[in-house]
Amino acid sequence: MSMTKSSLLTARVGGMALLSAVLALAPLGFANAYYYDVAVGALFNAIICVGLNLLIGYGGQISLGHGAFFALGAYGSAIATSRWGVPPLAAMVASATLVGLMAFVIARPILRLKGHYLAMATLGIGMIIYIVLKTEAQWTGGPDGMGVDPLAVAGLALSTDRQWYWLSAALLLLAVWLSLNLVQSPVGRALRAGHGAEIGAQVVGVDTSHYKVLMFVVSAVFASVVGSLFAHKNGFITPDIASFHRSIELVTMVVLGGMASIFGSVLGAFILTLLPQMLTAFDDYEAMIFGAIMMGTMIFLPKGLLPSLILLIRKRMGGRS
Amino acid sequence: MAELLQYLFAGLTSGAIYALAGLGFAIIYNASHVINFAQGEFIMIGGMATATLTAAGVPLPAAILAAMALTMLVGVALEKFAIEPARNADVVTIIIITIGASIFLRGAAQVVWDKEFHALAPFSGETPIRILGATLMPQSLWVFGVSMAAIAALWWFFNHTLFGKAMLATSFNRLAAQLMGIGVKKVLLVSFALSALLGAVGGIVVTPIAFTNYEAGIMLGLKGFSAAVLGGLGNGMGAVVGGLIVGIAEALGAGYVSSAYKDAIAFVIILFVLFFMPNGLFGKKGVDRV
Amino acid sequence: MRGLKTLASLAVAGCALAVSWTAQAADPVKIGAFLSVTGPASFLGEPEKKTLEMYVDRLNKQGGVQGRKIELTVYDDGGAPDKAATFAKRLIQSDNVDILIGGTTTGTSMAAIKIADPAGVPFISLAGGIDIVDPVKKWVFKTPHTDRMAAEKVFSDMKKRGLTKVALISENAGFGKSGHDQSLLVAPQYGIEIVADEVYSPKDPDVTAQLTKIKNTAGVQAIFNFGFGQGPAIVTKNYKQLGITQPLYQSHGVASKDFIRLAGDASEGVRLPAAGLVIAEQLAATDPQKPVVTAFKKDYEAAFKSEVSTFAGHAYDGLQIALAAIQRAGTSDKAKVRDEIEKTSGYVGTGGIVSMSATDHMGLNLSAFHMVEIVKGDWKMVD
Repeated sequence: MSMTKSSLLTARVGGMALLSAVLALAPLGFANAYYYDVAVGALFNAIICVGLNLLIGYGGQISLGHGAFFALGAYGSAIATSRWGVPPLAAMVASATLVGLMAFVIARPILRLKGHYLAMATLGIGMIIYIVLKTEAQWTGGPDGMGVDPLAVAGLALSTDRQWYWLSAALLLLAVWLSLNLVQSPVGRALRAGHGAEIGAQVVGVDTSHYKVLMFVVSAVFASVVGSLFAHKNGFITPDIASFHRSIELVTMVVLGGMASIFGSVLGAFILTLLPQMLTAFDDYEAMIFGAIMMGTMIFLPKGLLPSLILLIRKRMGGRS
Repeated sequence: MAELLQYLFAGLTSGAIYALAGLGFAIIYNASHVINFAQGEFIMIGGMATATLTAAGVPLPAAILAAMALTMLVGVALEKFAIEPARNADVVTIIIITIGASIFLRGAAQVVWDKEFHALAPFSGETPIRILGATLMPQSLWVFGVSMAAIAALWWFFNHTLFGKAMLATSFNRLAAQLMGIGVKKVLLVSFALSALLGAVGGIVVTPIAFTNYEAGIMLGLKGFSAAVLGGLGNGMGAVVGGLIVGIAEALGAGYVSSAYKDAIAFVIILFVLFFMPNGLFGKKGVDRV
Repeated sequence: MRGLKTLASLAVAGCALAVSWTAQAADPVKIGAFLSVTGPASFLGEPEKKTLEMYVDRLNKQGGVQGRKIELTVYDDGGAPDKAATFAKRLIQSDNVDILIGGTTTGTSMAAIKIADPAGVPFISLAGGIDIVDPVKKWVFKTPHTDRMAAEKVFSDMKKRGLTKVALISENAGFGKSGHDQSLLVAPQYGIEIVADEVYSPKDPDVTAQLTKIKNTAGVQAIFNFGFGQGPAIVTKNYKQLGITQPLYQSHGVASKDFIRLAGDASEGVRLPAAGLVIAEQLAATDPQKPVVTAFKKDYEAAFKSEVSTFAGHAYDGLQIALAAIQRAGTSDKAKVRDEIEKTSGYVGTGGIVSMSATDHMGLNLSAFHMVEIVKGDWKMVD
């Protein structure tokens, strides 16, 4: 948990540089629009996970209902643009604001709960939102979903997967940069103090609940923005994006990649988005293999992929631990 | 009046099912503070194994025993190969492991068996029992009866046998228990076996009512978790009460408010309870060590 | 000299033509399928996959279509529409398929339409929702009867029996919800009044609360359940438990012996709309569907040792319509094949007799449904 200033600086600069390089060079291996499509999906998940990690890894909380925030952003944009003719950017901002407000209102009472009780509360909220989205068909189109207009800014429509890729890559870099700054700011330090020894931090005057609420809201807003983008890109959304299954997927990506590791979340999101595409050859055994990979990774690399990888590299390079 | 009674019967029927699921969560949590999201799959395996064996001609009692044995084996294997190697990991990590296990078990179920729905013949017939204008199926009585018997057996086990008391001791304070010579590893193993057994039994009595298929564990796991948390984690009785409350809330919600929102009503109630009682209905207050 | 040159160039041209002809003949016809083989719709997706694989295999052994082998690529979308869209894209862009058959659920189909229609790839959907073909999209077709047709068939039977006040109980998932909406839409056309409207979740173990509400609603003359899988079986069992006497109608979602097996005695007297496939033996000897459905039923049950399902039948029809269109077009060129699919006329399938047009991309009408009653654990054709 404790990192020296120099290593943080390396993380910020070195990590961003590496990520930028990967994002810039990856398309060289993309043979057609399908590759871009999958990549955009991975990028979307990465942005959500970076935000979610602020809550889970740094804030020490858990959310089993984050799919709901994603869905609210998606439906907010969908309804506003396709039913009311609101311009997409305005709709996205409005949805994100509403979701942020909602997260703020929910956060304080919820974050008084601890551990599995908090998990249950977030799960409950997620499920309630999912049920509402499924039932209020005159707004949302019900379980069979609704269509969404494409994203258009000042008359320019974003229509190809390639365009979406570059937009999402830029947004991911922005999200990572924002999160890194947040984590290294006084807010972040307060959080890490709170995570480590809550009572000690409170005794010293750190308002830990204030910061937890902040992380909750920030992670909800990230999810909402990505939800809006997702709706425009896919052109069609259904309530299952708010389901328990989807929320669990997001938490898994964060934990797999490495909690309290921003780049870890990116890695976790990339891998878990690509894995189903790679496992299609296994047919009926896909679920078993996927489950086995999940278990194996967490058993042998309990700190998550990236932290374990970094540890391994450090050991190899003979650096001081 | 008959209407209210019917809703209560409906709620108690599904509530007893959720209660059995919740109890499984509570037992493992008690021994290890782990929430085992594969609990629903234990229920599914018990039901699927029994249904497919009886469909293949195996007599019911033998099929039940075989299904219970199989599920216990799966539970023990899960503990040995997935939970124990990760015993020092974060709580969230272990949750992810059990979720991975539930995905794995579901995938295995679809390969070993199939994707169809399976039924079991009700144990004592299908003639509804009429009470004051409402009806109840005999199988529901089986579910209540088995839940009550399970609770009684577990109560006796935890409070009147040495090993049961050892398990309780481990849940209170693992280190102290170890210092007192309690084999903590064994406790964990037994807790998983016990939960698996309970899950299997639950699956077997529930299948004649609600059928089963390879995905049946998902919803049951979710409701069981809700029941266990509502009742206060670590409290078996609480899990049962929690399950009954969820079931009754759903039924009354469907009957008097809106059937479209009945599940949402149950969750609202849970949130409400947690707001006023952050450790669930009967949960122990956690102690924060400085 | 000139004559020789002309002869030589003609010969060369002839060879080139022959070479390119055989090269094209060796080129397989690529069919792409994305199905919900796992997930909540796996009950439908699995038979669809098995059927497609079995018949592609069989046809290849018989020489393929126009001397070309058929190459089938199947992906499992798990019932998730966004995954379905990604797989549709993969099939079109990476696997270069000539035609798409799939979309087990309306949600997955609608998501894939956003990919297939702009990309100009013919897509035959296997889902029930009427939105798939209404409004008509140039490249999108479907084989199953629509949910609206099911409602219409049920309501017209109810009207015949003088049952006009109807209680609706439906599942809150895709098939049930859209069936519910269509029922509300077409009820007035048959003089039907919906007096109660209850909802349940597909995995609910008990629906006696909803049925009690219906039972206590004044004037209910019949009950209509829209759903598939285990839900309708539980509805039926609870219906019997509560001693409800009004007639119970189901949708075509339960048109398989599995429903009778699960619901047991409670299914006695239940009526539902079913495609000819379900009552193959009872079809009149003169019914053009009889040979087709009897053959399919026999093949399916022999190969998979389980009851034939109408969903498998829809996949079979989709495949046959696609291949027939390719055959008539003489090529797998997407635009030509699309035109031929639209011209499908009088195709005798498991779902009915299909005649499509520019305004009708499904091609079935109400006569494709038979009203069926469950008597002594078996189907009895009522009309």
